[in-house]
Amino acid sequence: MVRTFTCIMCPRGCSVTAEVSGTEVSSVEGNFCPKGREYVIQELTNPMRNIASSVLVEGGELPLASVRLNRPIPKDRIFDVMAEIRKIRLTAPVSIGQTALENVLGLGSDVIVTKNVREKH
Amino acid sequence: MKNFDVAVIGAGVIGCAVARELSRYRLTIGVLEKELDVACGNSSRNTGMLHAGFTYKPGSLKAECAVEGNQEFDQVAEELDVPFKRTGKLVVGFTEHDRENILKFKAIGEKNGVRGMRMVTKEEIRSIDEHAGGEFAMYVPDSGILDPMQYTIALAENAAKNGAEFLFGRKVTAIDRREDDYLIRTETGEEIRARWVINCAGMYAPEISEMLGYPCYPTKGFKGEYFVLDKKAGKYLGIPVYPAPNDKGGFMTHATPTVDGNVLVGPDSYVTEDREDYSVTKDHLDGLIEDGRKMFDHMESQYFIRNFAGIRWKRYDPQTGEILDFLLEADEAHPRTVNLVGIESPGITCALPLARRAVAKLVERENPAPNEAFDPRRPGIRRFSEMTAEEKKEAIAADPEYGEVVCRCESVTRAEIRQAIHNPLGVHTVTGIKNRTRATMGRCQGGYCETRITRMIEEELGIAPEDVRYSREGGYMFTGKVRDDR
Amino acid sequence: MREIDAVIIGGGPAGLSAAVRLWEKGVRNLLILEREHELGGILRQCIHDGFGLTRFGETLSGPEYAQRFIDLVEEYQIPYVTDATVIDITEDKKVTAACRDGLLEIQAKAVILTMGCRERTRGAIRIPGDRPAGVYTAGVAQAYINLQNRMVGREVVILGSGDIGMIMARRLTLEGAHVIGVFEVQPYASGLPRNILQCLDDYGIPLHLSHTVTEIRGRERLESVVISQVDERMNPIPGTEKEYPCDTLILSVGLIPENELSLSAGVQLDSRSKGAVVDEHHQTTVPGIFAAGNVLQVHDLVDFVSAEAEELADSAAAYLRDGELAECRLAVVTDGNVTHTIPQKISGTSDFKLSLRVRRPIKNCRIRLVQGGETVCERKMAKAIPAEMIQIPVKAARLKKGEDLEVKVEW
Repeated sequence: MVRTFTCIMCPRGCSVTAEVSGTEVSSVEGNFCPKGREYVIQELTNPMRNIASSVLVEGGELPLASVRLNRPIPKDRIFDVMAEIRKIRLTAPVSIGQTALENVLGLGSDVIVTKNVREKH
Repeated sequence: MKNFDVAVIGAGVIGCAVARELSRYRLTIGVLEKELDVACGNSSRNTGMLHAGFTYKPGSLKAECAVEGNQEFDQVAEELDVPFKRTGKLVVGFTEHDRENILKFKAIGEKNGVRGMRMVTKEEIRSIDEHAGGEFAMYVPDSGILDPMQYTIALAENAAKNGAEFLFGRKVTAIDRREDDYLIRTETGEEIRARWVINCAGMYAPEISEMLGYPCYPTKGFKGEYFVLDKKAGKYLGIPVYPAPNDKGGFMTHATPTVDGNVLVGPDSYVTEDREDYSVTKDHLDGLIEDGRKMFDHMESQYFIRNFAGIRWKRYDPQTGEILDFLLEADEAHPRTVNLVGIESPGITCALPLARRAVAKLVERENPAPNEAFDPRRPGIRRFSEMTAEEKKEAIAADPEYGEVVCRCESVTRAEIRQAIHNPLGVHTVTGIKNRTRATMGRCQGGYCETRITRMIEEELGIAPEDVRYSREGGYMFTGKVRDDR
Repeated sequence: MREIDAVIIGGGPAGLSAAVRLWEKGVRNLLILEREHELGGILRQCIHDGFGLTRFGETLSGPEYAQRFIDLVEEYQIPYVTDATVIDITEDKKVTAACRDGLLEIQAKAVILTMGCRERTRGAIRIPGDRPAGVYTAGVAQAYINLQNRMVGREVVILGSGDIGMIMARRLTLEGAHVIGVFEVQPYASGLPRNILQCLDDYGIPLHLSHTVTEIRGRERLESVVISQVDERMNPIPGTEKEYPCDTLILSVGLIPENELSLSAGVQLDSRSKGAVVDEHHQTTVPGIFAAGNVLQVHDLVDFVSAEAEELADSAAAYLRDGELAECRLAVVTDGNVTHTIPQKISGTSDFKLSLRVRRPIKNCRIRLVQGGETVCERKMAKAIPAEMIQIPVKAARLKKGEDLEVKVEW
């Protein structure tokens, strides 16, 4: 079966056409780089996504610190992970790269802070 | 229960002017308004013209009050710190028929006492305004432009300063006449007592009129839509340029500069029955673009920043269909009341003259003592954008928040927003802050400053996000917080 | 009046990149003026990832991307002032900014315009209807949600398939709102394909092309919108109206370079890009005033903004050193398939990078740069879409000195 994918590995967003049967990929076309093929295989077996959100910061100059995952998670676990992110409360100061929640739901991905928030004076 | 000597129903420009004129006397005054601010109806939905008075029937209240209101306005603007320019107006014509109509209205204007009107040639038109069209024109030096929101706010704030109380969110649903006073009921179930009632309810005046025992006068609405153009278009229009009036004295779509430097194109006119329908419609906007281009050669989409609509709610004779004059009445059959019905354009120009006539009815009967402390002056919020460089430095030195620009397009500072949030009337809607400062009125329409304004409203007043209102009671800005921080 | 070699107006990605590069080029007497309390510009609220892949080889969120440059500004100790809004720039490069300490008055040798852009509003596209609360531009909604911890609504319609609109569709969904759909007046999406997939498709949010909002209803808070299908001239088709109950309408209907200060400085604007007319040095029509980033042309990737600002910085450093730059008399002329180009003028004697966007999606085309009938440079493309800026490096060796440069899209 021929299927078309929009590769999300980079902003180029190649439209990749692949000959697939089940999770087997026999040929790919339209991808600018090898990541296109990896993406198609991943998408067929276990689509992975990253998400970004915010967590509460107490005593900060800003009420929220933005966070993302350091590794993608299975697409169908996004809302489970969001529920965990919603529970996180940090105390200022927080800084970029800081782990807000380790190994979220045992998925092997950490929630990391992506914004510096200073203490409120 | 609140108890006033006088209850004024409606906080449009008429109600606010009446409250202000009443506050010259030692009276307790309550202004009841169904919305959350003054000027929520047509007082803020008009062209902002100070009319000279050449289209109104000689001897009519409209004519008398317009001429009086026009000629005193320099002093009024000065006392109340209202943005105002006596620009003059060109009524331009192309055909002999236009000339006939213009001359007809010139004669009417002269009869009404309008000063200095004169016919000018094509060359003189260009010397008055290089962008104006027309083969010939009538020049009306007394016409002017003002900020109608600021004017209404100024009247209200001056009234409040002199003792009047403004009660918002009070829609009047019933009025019971009793021996010595009236019992006014509002939609919220509140009861308010007042010895006198003055009906300034604008489009809703017929209902209030009926509650007071007067007839429910037949009225109908003529809605008109507008374009607001960017200040960049403002440089092409120095003074209001109107086409020759039609045979009935009505003006087709025209372009008017605003006192702040924008351009308004409109209004058109069509009948409406819905007094809450301020929506704009595709057909009418398309029509305004077409007609507007005839009057203003920079009617271009790159300058469009906003649209709005207003409704002229007129009293008419159901037998003949004729549009009737403003009605101002008070009689012994309806003791201690003044009834104002059918007040529409030129209501802004006529507000204070009408208010004086209304207040006179009370004074004739009650002869109240003057309010010795009455101060006719009301300073507005000082605008950073209008200061010289030296004044800016002084303002920032005195109040560093004058150095924090919140609204980029209109150069409105944090100091101005803060003063607006703590306005004397206790208004705290986003639109209320806008009308007091011009923040969000520029080309980005709040894209930069709205988030700052709502935050300041919350912080300055200590209110929850859910309680911030855009302009009306149900108009919440937020459903809550993204992350609950309690 | 303070005298400063290079004043940078705006500390977003373009301003930061320009400042860092100017410093690295040896320009020491420079100053960044930023109206916000923090450096970083719009990236502070763009918390989604996808930034920096070209630049850093990894995918970062907006605040992280900005912080990389802010860290360099701090490390080099490049002077900057935050909470300072520039209120005037004159043709002779006097810059006035307001801040809590008073008015900063600066005589600059070079002015770097990096003010970014603003969002097109409801008024600009004149959507008919009432005027209730609950109508937000995508960027305003994003600021409320990501910076201020304020939730804007629950039942959401999004008009416009710009990238921010799609990103907000996902963001709102993750925060528990229900996004009814994204409606786009054009017959194609205006944002990047990857955002259609990862912001809409992943969450089951439908994208309706050739549809627009034809009426807003609700006198207090938004109650519903009426959506109509449009014909090929983008006029609503009568009879196709459908009402969607909702409490929130998000507008993602375009970005406009913010050039009011440029105008006050006498800089000539290009009606197509809405940014300044610039030459290959990123110099505007006023000598010594330069522009880059979204104030010059709306970009789709911040990585390109940084690159553009760095090219600008190279030229500005040369200008400060030599007092002038090579004259650019050759015009870049486009055919009807291109919305605009940057630069609009070239010298014909230096390498430069041509940026352009196509007006509509075109498959299997070639972009040909022509001088005096001869091809200077050619780029074949499997698909060219308006959402993607196309950049073509041009070598001076291939250019002729006396001829305008024509840009042709052929298929």
